[in-house]
Amino acid sequence: MLSSYFQQIIVLVGINMIAVLGLSILTGFTGLFSFGHAGFMAIGAYIAAIFVARLHLPFWMAVAAGAAGAALVSIVIGGLTLKLKGDYFCIATMGFGEAVRIILNNIEYVGGARGWESLPQLTSLWVVLVLAVAMVVITWNLINSRHGRNMVAIREEELAAQMAGINVFRYKMVALVVSAAMAGIAGALLGNYIQFLRPTMFNMVKSTDLTIMVIFGGLGSISGTIVGTIILTVLPELFRNFAQWRLVVYGLAVVVIMVGRPQGVMGGFEMTPSGIRKHFAARRARQALEAELRAAERESAA
Amino acid sequence: MLSVHELHVSYGGIKALRGVSMEVNQGEIVTIIGANGAGKSTMLNAITGFLKPAKGEVIFNGHKLGRNPAAIVKLGICHVPEGRLVFANLSVQDNLMLGAYLRKDRKKMAEDLEKVFVLFPRLKERIKQQAGTLSGGEQQMLAMGRALMTDGELVLMDEPSLGLAPLLVKTVFQIIKEIRDLGKTILLVEQNAQKALEVADRAYVLEQGRVVKEGAACDIQSDPAIRAAYLGSKSVAGGA
Repeated sequence: MLSSYFQQIIVLVGINMIAVLGLSILTGFTGLFSFGHAGFMAIGAYIAAIFVARLHLPFWMAVAAGAAGAALVSIVIGGLTLKLKGDYFCIATMGFGEAVRIILNNIEYVGGARGWESLPQLTSLWVVLVLAVAMVVITWNLINSRHGRNMVAIREEELAAQMAGINVFRYKMVALVVSAAMAGIAGALLGNYIQFLRPTMFNMVKSTDLTIMVIFGGLGSISGTIVGTIILTVLPELFRNFAQWRLVVYGLAVVVIMVGRPQGVMGGFEMTPSGIRKHFAARRARQALEAELRAAERESAA
Repeated sequence: MLSVHELHVSYGGIKALRGVSMEVNQGEIVTIIGANGAGKSTMLNAITGFLKPAKGEVIFNGHKLGRNPAAIVKLGICHVPEGRLVFANLSVQDNLMLGAYLRKDRKKMAEDLEKVFVLFPRLKERIKQQAGTLSGGEQQMLAMGRALMTDGELVLMDEPSLGLAPLLVKTVFQIIKEIRDLGKTILLVEQNAQKALEVADRAYVLEQGRVVKEGAACDIQSDPAIRAAYLGSKSVAGGA
């Protein structure tokens, strides 16, 4: 059987993946940047903890409630902020994430700033694996549906999407709610795995980590999101012996990727047979276009 | 079909339109010409609900238009935006089908798609290709095709010849006439006044947010002041 340390890493990768997949729908496919998703994770984590530790309800109910709670809050936040343009939405989410953390700091019922210890360990490796795979499947189907195509259209050219009659606000709201619910699930699993919760676990650094994983893997690619999450969760663990230096390695890896490959490890590319075919078809088309332009230039020069 | 009454639009303190009125009748090609910043694009964006007029109203087939772009598309106005704005990472087919986003009449949609392919055979050849890998001219055709897929009766076109090679400019104006022959009405905003006046039935000349001249395209074309200001004629000295 796997060593418990190895298992722990797999669980953390799985939990992060659920949160990052949700964020990938929002950021990678709909084009909205959030720096507050740790806030939704926190809401999911604390609601789930209340369900199991205070109300003694079953674990699955706790996870569902965590997801629902995060989703409900996201509807309120979305209603207030989704009409904001570009950067303003991003700043609003940042404020939201911090607000959640500070509110939790002041609620003694859930341990306040000292944190909440000795929660039951109900999250198992199998639960995480099954949920992570289920989320990949759900995300994949969402993105490859008409709904997904419309989200991508909004990311590409919001104005043109509106001109086609797409209700941009509604699509952004759906993306936000789905991503918040997934962050809520991830939070619920996390608290019931590591058995303690502290508001500082869900600070802006955590929010930024999630967004970095999406960008690192490649905006608009589910396989990129998966690869990005694995690399950026495992990397700091590999360098655990180097104490604080592991954060330097993490930062360096992000800088190297962003400088060398700004579109992320995968870019918009999907690692599937049809994704590979599409990639090469696009490359051929670009080369043909360049050749055509060069020919036209030569003609006009002559 | 479309009538605009005393439309005023401001960006903050800057008045972009100061009481513009115009009429577009069924089956016409009407062009709005004018210099940069005259308010041409503002006019189109106010009609399709992207800008809030400070005063005035727009009536289309008896309906007063509000600020909901989707409702305006449904009433039958489509907009080919300036700079094309195709969905770069989506295929040509997805781009066209997004134009038909609000429609449910699948049979008619398939027919319209065929019509678009008759108009733009290049798009059919490239149906699976990502729109971002098309040339500028092909992207303009895609933007037009996407607008036609909404099945709107009135097509607003914002600078369709912008940034295209001279040969393609000619093609684009040819296509505008063909679109009219499909039974559409066209409101065309252009900087290329010469070409626009050649295809249009009537024209409005905008200067600093006001209509300074209107009439049959051929009359505008032969107007000495317009020739001097917009058509690069050297026969008349001075001009705006």
